Amino acid sequence: MVEQLEYFPASDNSILVKFGDEIKREINQDIQAMVYLLEEEKITGVIEYIPSYTKLMIVYNPLIIDYHTLVAQLRELKEKIDIFTTPSTKIIEIPVMYGGEYGPDLETVAKYNSLSVEEVIKIHSSRDYLIYMLGFTPGFPYLGGMSKKIATPRLKNPREKIPAGSIGIADHQTGIYPISSPGGWQIIGRTPVKLFDPNREAPFLLEAGSYLRFVPVFNEEVELIEEQIEMGEYRISVKKIDNDC
Amino acid sequence: MGSLRVNKPGLLTTVQDLGRYGYQRYGMPVAGAMDSYAFQIANLLVGNRRNAPALEITLLGPEIIFLGAFRIAITGAELGAEINGKKIYSWSSVKVNSGDRLTFKGAQQGCRAYLSVSGGIEVEEVMGSSSTYLRGQLGGYQGRSLKAGDSLKVVDTDKGDFSGILKVPKQYLSEYKEEAEIRVVKGSQFQEFSQQEIDKFFNSQYSISLQSDRMGYRLEGEKLQPFQGADIISEGISLGAVQVPGDGQPIIMMSDHQTTGGYTKIANVISVDIATLAQMKPREMISFSLSSIEESQRLYCERERKLKELEQMTNKIYMVYSS
Repeated sequence: MVEQLEYFPASDNSILVKFGDEIKREINQDIQAMVYLLEEEKITGVIEYIPSYTKLMIVYNPLIIDYHTLVAQLRELKEKIDIFTTPSTKIIEIPVMYGGEYGPDLETVAKYNSLSVEEVIKIHSSRDYLIYMLGFTPGFPYLGGMSKKIATPRLKNPREKIPAGSIGIADHQTGIYPISSPGGWQIIGRTPVKLFDPNREAPFLLEAGSYLRFVPVFNEEVELIEEQIEMGEYRISVKKIDNDC
Repeated sequence: MGSLRVNKPGLLTTVQDLGRYGYQRYGMPVAGAMDSYAFQIANLLVGNRRNAPALEITLLGPEIIFLGAFRIAITGAELGAEINGKKIYSWSSVKVNSGDRLTFKGAQQGCRAYLSVSGGIEVEEVMGSSSTYLRGQLGGYQGRSLKAGDSLKVVDTDKGDFSGILKVPKQYLSEYKEEAEIRVVKGSQFQEFSQQEIDKFFNSQYSISLQSDRMGYRLEGEKLQPFQGADIISEGISLGAVQVPGDGQPIIMMSDHQTTGGYTKIANVISVDIATLAQMKPREMISFSLSSIEESQRLYCERERKLKELEQMTNKIYMVYSS
């Protein structure tokens, strides 16, 4: 049962729905269920929505629907969340070249945590990370669930340019840079896969509510994947888990 | 097919439309014209649909040669536009001929002017919009502001082939001042501020800092302090949000603002006053007053009614004059 939701205006054309106060898997699932229902029911006047850790922002056109009417419709939708689960959850596999030129800080992370490089790779790639939300830059995933064993503080001096696809650690978080940008994360590897390509039919690879799994790849595989990407033949592996049980 | 040749780019000239919607949940900012009111009127004046791609010109205008006969309109800021050295009036459209040269003498009032061309500027849409998102280097003309030597294609149209001047009636014009009262509704962390902090916010004047751009307006004035620090769990941000970061100096989120953020938001500028802000320059002064959702939505509907009226007027004219 979803707890009492709070609805309040964020502006004269957006509403925030608050689902809770803490960063928690269950709360995120409720938010995803509401997103799913919004897509199914298509409330007239709703333009788009921005899910985040504990809230869902709904952007609407006040020429079509006013604040109070929209809140009433959202309350009706909420009733359905209580007896509703999204049909399936996706796990997106991201191939990663760890270390070397791709991950200049892998050894720092290992040393900081008194682990071997292999152990860091194993820990980092052995669990599924929930994509809580995307933001900060186009396609940047806020991931939950990294092991504390590999937590490492940010760099003292941020780098001016981190290549697109770089995978980093900052304290208890891990993430991927979808576009090249400055940043202070400890870079442990890189994926050849494009998380964001504005000219692709689906410009973004990741979405909130899905899970992400890092899969280590090695030299020969890297070349093969890069070639396939170049040819437009690379297919990212997406597993679907049914939520019916 | 006609085109515009850019001889000088001006300070910051970009192709914009009404923005890129539908991708904010992936972290993609909306971008789009900062002053959407002046932008839409520029298009109406040349017989375009309201969302047709047009140029947003900032303070120092470009030098442009028209290659082809078009109707053009300039709205928004008064930047001293001239065609072949002869003044043309803002908020009106005129016919230009191939070889005509558009220059700007300098900013007199406001910050951003819009230049529309009959047919609209032809750029490839990226994710459903022609707006330039500068930080992401996408959309508009090659994802960047214009440079000398650029050539912008214009969509062919037979509309607007008449020589009169079309002028927007006075009651539709916006007035730009160096001081403005900006209306806001409560922000999503309004409750996180004490009455004393809220009074400070509404009773003082803020100066727009030099570090202001299409992404955000940084303000300088009374510092604000929420009860429990400035950081919150990251959440969606809307256009016009007034964020209060750790240093206590508010930042107003403008067209290119990021989609999510982790700072407290004391207020949110109402939709119709975003245009007022968009026309203000660094060092100018603003103060805030509290409005309600009902009132701000009523004002937005009112603005839409005005645009519809203008649309009907211009449609009639362009119907008569199109072949």
